[in-house]
This record gives sequence, C-alpha cells and structure tokens, in this order.
Amino acid sequence: MDYPVIKGASYVLAHTPDFIPFGSTQVFARKSNDQAYLSELKQHQRSFKEVVAYPANQCFVGNILPETLESIAAPWYENQIEGAERQGRFGEIMPQDEFFALLKHSDVFDLVKLTPEFITHANQRLSIHPLFNHIVLDNKCAMTAAEMHALVEEHIAEPLTLNGELIGCVKRAHDDDENLSAHIILENLSVKASGVLAALHLKKQGLDLSQVDYIIECSEEACGDINQRGGGNFAKAIGELVGCVNATGSDLRGFCAAPAHALIHAAALVKGGVFKNVMVVAGGAVAKLAMNGRDHIKKNVPVLEDCLAGFATIIGENDGINPILNTDIVGRHTIGTGSAPQAVMTSLISAPLKRAGRIITDVDKFATEMQNAEITKPAGAGNVPEANYKMIAALAVMEGQLERSELMNFVAKHGIPGYVLTQGHIPSGVPYLGHGREAIIHNDINNFMVVGKGSLFLGRMTNQFDGISILIEKNTGLSTAQAAEFDGLGFEKNEARKLVAEAMKDVAERLLEKAAQQ
Amino acid sequence: MDLENQKRVKELSEKYGPENVIVILGGAEAEASGLAAETVTNGDPTFAGPLAGVPLGLRVHHIVDPEIKDVVDPAVYEEQVGMMEMVMPIDEIIAEVREYREKFCKFLDLETA
Repeated sequence: MDYPVIKGASYVLAHTPDFIPFGSTQVFARKSNDQAYLSELKQHQRSFKEVVAYPANQCFVGNILPETLESIAAPWYENQIEGAERQGRFGEIMPQDEFFALLKHSDVFDLVKLTPEFITHANQRLSIHPLFNHIVLDNKCAMTAAEMHALVEEHIAEPLTLNGELIGCVKRAHDDDENLSAHIILENLSVKASGVLAALHLKKQGLDLSQVDYIIECSEEACGDINQRGGGNFAKAIGELVGCVNATGSDLRGFCAAPAHALIHAAALVKGGVFKNVMVVAGGAVAKLAMNGRDHIKKNVPVLEDCLAGFATIIGENDGINPILNTDIVGRHTIGTGSAPQAVMTSLISAPLKRAGRIITDVDKFATEMQNAEITKPAGAGNVPEANYKMIAALAVMEGQLERSELMNFVAKHGIPGYVLTQGHIPSGVPYLGHGREAIIHNDINNFMVVGKGSLFLGRMTNQFDGISILIEKNTGLSTAQAAEFDGLGFEKNEARKLVAEAMKDVAERLLEKAAQQ
Repeated sequence: MDLENQKRVKELSEKYGPENVIVILGGAEAEASGLAAETVTNGDPTFAGPLAGVPLGLRVHHIVDPEIKDVVDPAVYEEQVGMMEMVMPIDEIIAEVREYREKFCKFLDLETA
C-alpha cells in the first residue's frame, strides 16, 4: 500500500518581549506582587538582533544544520552567529512590531486596537515583508492611546506595548465570560497569528495551500466560550487566512504529544484516501514565555524563552520523492503500558520496530523532545533530548542490540542537539521534520523516528502518561500503484524502480539546489 | 519542586504526621533531586510554593538509594528502574539527596529503627 509523504515543513519564531508579562510565571508573580522579579526580568531580556543571531534559533528556522549547531561552543547565547538572517530556509524570526500587525490581521472581531501612529508604522513594515506586502491595516479601526489606557485600567483590555510605549490593546470579547477575557483572546490570537505565519511559509516554499483538503491544528490552547471552553476551531481560522479555500479542519489536543498525534492522523487520512493533502499546523504558547525566568535570572542566563514558536507541515500522497511516513511502524503508549520510563520507551521505540522486524540501531536519528538544554538545564530539568537518547540507548542494551560500552556513542550518533524553545508542543518530535526531510533527500540519513510525549497529569483528569511515535524514511522512488503500472507495461520491475528512483533523486536535488540559490 | 506536589506533601504530613511520611524521589537529575530533598526537609528554597518557610524535616530518599532498592522486589525494580539505572548519575543523586537528608531531616532516628 502507498505511504503518505512529507511535502515540506516550516518553522517560525515571533520575538515578543512585551508579551513576557502575560507568561504564566509572570502572571503568578504579579498576583503575589513580586515586583522585584518582574523588574529584574526586564534587565535580562534580549534584543531582536540577539534573538536572530542565537544559534539555536538559526537552527530552528533552517539556516544552520543541527550538526553545525553542535559544533558551536556553549553557551550558545555567548556565541552568536555573525550576520545571521531573520529569514530562514524553513521560516523566519519575526520582530514584535510585525507580529502585532499580524495579530491585527488575524483579528476578525475588531478586538485588537492599534494607535494611528502604529498602524502607519506597521503598514510600512508589512509592505516590505515578502508574505504580507499585500496587506494594509485599515486606519479606520484605530484608537487613541488615551482611550486604550482607560480600557487597560478598567481591565477591559490587555496592553500591547512596544519598547514600553502603549501602541495597542487586545479587548475582551465578552463582559462576563472568562473564557473570552482579554488575556485569553490575546493568547488565542497569538496562536492563530503564529500559525498563519508558519502556514504561509509552506507557501513560500512552493507548496500550494489551495490544494490542502484538511487542516489539523495541534497547539495547546483552547478557544471557545463558557458553554464549550475548547470548542475550536483554530484550524479553520488559520486556514481561512492562508488561502486553504478547499479545506476544512479541526483541532487536536494531546499536550506536548499533540503534533506527533496530528502527524499520524494526517498520515492515516492520506493513506486511507480520505484526503490528498493534510496540513498539520500549530501556533505558539504565550503562557510559556519566560516560564523558567526565575531560574534564568538566578543563573545569570538571558531570558531565552522570549519568542512564540509555530510550525506547519503538509502530508500528501506518495510523490515518489519526499520521505514517507511509515504507518506500519507506529509506536503508542497504551493505557495499559504504565508510566515507568522503561515501559514508556519500549512502547514508543522498540516495540513498533520489533513488530516490523527492525531494531533500534536501524534508526539513524531520533527526534524526541527537542528542548534546548540551555533553557532547561538552569531550571534543573537537565538536557532533555540527551536524557531521551540515553534511555533509548539503554533500552537497546537491555534488548541485546547494543554493547553497554557503546551507550554514549549511540547518543552521539543517533541523537540531535536540542535547539527548540520550551513552547510545550513545539519541541516534541516535529522540529526535525524539516532538517530530517532534507537529510533523507540528500542521502545523509535513511530514516528518523518522531517521538512525541505528553504529561497528561497537568490537566488533572488522569495520571496516565502519553506518547506516540512514527518512523519516517527514504522514499523508494516509486509508489506501489506506479510500480504495478510499470509491471503491466512489461518493464523489469526492479530496473524500472531503480531508474525512476535515480531520476526522482536527480529532480529532488535540482529542486533543492534551485531553492538554495533563491 | 512542582507546587502541586509541595501542596500534596504538606497535606499528607499534616494528615498523618511528619514522622509517618517518607518521600521517595524519582527524578533523573542530581540537582533537581537535591532541590526536592531540600524542599521536603528545609522548605522550598525558591520561596514559590506551599513549603516556602515550612521545614517539614521529612525522611527523604531517592528510589536508587540502596536503603530503598534493597527492600524492593528485584524483579519489580529491574522492570521499573533497571533501564534508568543505566543512564542516571546514581552516585551524584545519592550524595545530593543524602546531603539534605542528613542536614535537615528531623526523623533520622526513625531511619535506623
């Protein structure tokens, strides 16, 4: 049977230092009137230039390879990349003023208000942006700063500030419903706007978004009102703004594991023939901005959690070129699995491989939880990806597939350095789709496994752990249906397969070269 | 240490008496394990949670401490912790947790009883 393929992947960051006060840690600090922390936090914030030049961010948007990142001396925030570009091969790093403009563009209920001066500024910025130069914000919706101050003081709106100056606000969408409070609307519009940015970068990569039939949004926020708190639907809201005119969609939630779940749902929909192209997309989480701010200040580390992140990918029918999602190798943490790390890793890593007659060392790279260790280590959470690789290696040792003395070599060979912001769902498995897809097309690797994990206890409904995984691998160059056709025409099947594979590889290389030149 | 867990530890020790509570840690990091041990003995050093300024002095061990490992069914231990033993900095974790236990635990006499 034909396997679905990954047609492209995009990754974006929006530098939002003035949204840091809306992060959960800061919200709690304000409740306990911890002004000392809040003012100290400001002293540790980075400039947009520093955010762009930060090696981990450059890796996220595709300008440097994970292998290159690994060769840069830590701490990366002290070894910035000279001449780094905000635009990346997979996406971009957007400055705050443009993101505020995008927030307004994403707002269909006139809840975002901007000053006339900022609208003029924003329109100038949009006019030179490759994806938004057709957008002009309407000055008729402007509001004066004095009016905004009044709304903010009455807790009717949350402020949008730029370098300390009030340039806009986000109003509540209901007088009494806390699910539509100004804070939640700000969070949800941020999900939508960063999701829109990620989806449009797929278009920039040459993918036709009008060909998308279905959208799965897999971030961590819920949009709805008092009668249906998580009613949805971010998917359609994002699709509407990016030209997915032929798509419908829905939201999928599963804490950090949601993107991996979404990827498998998308693969199943395509493989089952229900839809031809499914877009998986997620926006960023405002709540997680400076989530570990206290620890970063204490350890004299800059506030590295200063951006919202988003990603998007399109899973489509087998084209003979792009890497396939091998739906025969899907690992799942079942309700009966238990929560011991060994049981979890067995269910996600070795069990699905074993069912297909493969072993752990057959997998070239593991894309697990890709959090940047520079963010997690000062907070006492250690190097998360490395811990995962050690566990996978230990599992291989226990299963007799690896010598114990090779444990750390396995980590180096099959691991990827963590380079992703702690935006919950964003670092979980999917950040490597872009680099991994290209590494497979370039014949640098044959396959990689996406492993998503989620901590369900946070919702207080179950103590169950969660996780799901899938193997992504090289396309053999021919779909089963195509191969059968060749057979019918009297070609020697293997010879034809080889010739077409070579031709496809050639085409893929030329396309990549062309993209690189552009 | 997670604020919710701090709350639960505090409530349990109030309900059953601190002398009747033993905290078993499972964290994979030495520093985080030490922090948790400090929290349930001397109070939350980050002053963020319910145990801020509350020195419960509880007995605290990590699952890899020999005192705990020795009383667990070896088959169960192997199944639940065997793989992690290979990757955790066992000696560092034991030393870190011991440091806070010996410094701040109020019920050490019960340990040897």
